[in-house]
Amino acid sequence: MAWIWFHKLGSPPHFYRLAGRMTPWFAWPALLLCLGGLYGGLVSAPADYQQGEGFRIIYVHAPAAWLSVMIYSAMAVYAAVGRIWRINVCHALAASCAGIGASFTLVALVTGSLWGRPMWGTYWEWDPRLTSELVLLFLYLGYMGLRSAIDDTARADRASAVLAIVGAVNVPIIHYSVTWWNSLHQAPSVMKFGKSSMPASMLIPLLMMLLGFTLFFVAIMLVRARGEVLRRERGAQWVAEAAVEA
Amino acid sequence: MTPRQRRMTLVAVIVVGVSIASALALRAFRDNVMFYFDPTKVAAGEVKRGQRFRLGGMVVQGSLTRTPGTLNVSFAVTDFKNSVPVKYDQVLPDLFREGAGMVAYGRLDASGTFVADEVLAKHDEKYMPPELARSLKAGQAAAAGGAGGAPAAAGAAAAATPSTGGTQ
Repeated sequence: MAWIWFHKLGSPPHFYRLAGRMTPWFAWPALLLCLGGLYGGLVSAPADYQQGEGFRIIYVHAPAAWLSVMIYSAMAVYAAVGRIWRINVCHALAASCAGIGASFTLVALVTGSLWGRPMWGTYWEWDPRLTSELVLLFLYLGYMGLRSAIDDTARADRASAVLAIVGAVNVPIIHYSVTWWNSLHQAPSVMKFGKSSMPASMLIPLLMMLLGFTLFFVAIMLVRARGEVLRRERGAQWVAEAAVEA
Repeated sequence: MTPRQRRMTLVAVIVVGVSIASALALRAFRDNVMFYFDPTKVAAGEVKRGQRFRLGGMVVQGSLTRTPGTLNVSFAVTDFKNSVPVKYDQVLPDLFREGAGMVAYGRLDASGTFVADEVLAKHDEKYMPPELARSLKAGQAAAAGGAGGAPAAAGAAAAATPSTGGTQ
């Protein structure tokens, strides 16, 4: 009985309506937090004592890097749940995560590279953190490529779910790459236990950006998952009814 | 076993299998995954003479000397157990500082000096506004009682926070 909500969520028409209603509750706070975080980070936060103004790229780089890893974890969990319990909505959610995750991975790699040139003295090094993040981009691209290569949706779901689950092993490698091995990339300043290595004037805008980016991802994921659910259910009666209502 | 339990087992086997396989692979390639060697490994003779490798560590406070009229610099790199002298003849990156981390690519010459072709600055995970950094430095200089002076105090501050450690 207690699992009724879970099974209801797995019903495409119910998910379609619920996701549509929830999207603005994520999108508007995301917009406000990002605007506030950008103002705080780019205007009111002080410059860094060593990096000067250049450190401000962290306000885009760190949230994008966090999302690149978080979205992959979410995608792997959706894929596993979809594979085990055969829930189509979960496969639709996993499929809609991939493109967003790949975009944020690319943003993290590009902003990191632009920061690395003046600060480290190089655009790119085959450092454990940088390399594992690049592998993450290829995992996303491989997942998307595999899905689009298989015409039958059910088979694409099963095959790509295995790839998503296998690739999840890279998530802890990315996170711990700076601790397990000697690395050029610095250790985490915020995402760690204990006190962060940043004063509040710099930290608060960063936390706003992290939360804002995360809510933005949820909103975009819901929009994309609704589209994916419609595509999968295109022959169903409820889709025709929803189209008449709209 | 129901089909659902079978699928659950499949997923668990994939996760465990891939984790073990990649842990073993990364362990086998440990030295290749390591971005740099620290001076203790160099002192222990883990790199062959003439072999090109990356050396990483902290630039020893007060060790940086420039040859006037050229770009030639020399400094010592330490991991607080051993240190290695380094020579370099190109422009140093902006964040390169005494008491801060760096990674150099090059090789050891016959005298045990590391001849670098490329020097990268390693940034630590600390961020602070310049005013705070100045007042911290002033506070440490006052605490040192003038015996060591400001540069020594800054050195002690850097030594207390090696950028390679990184508390998780």
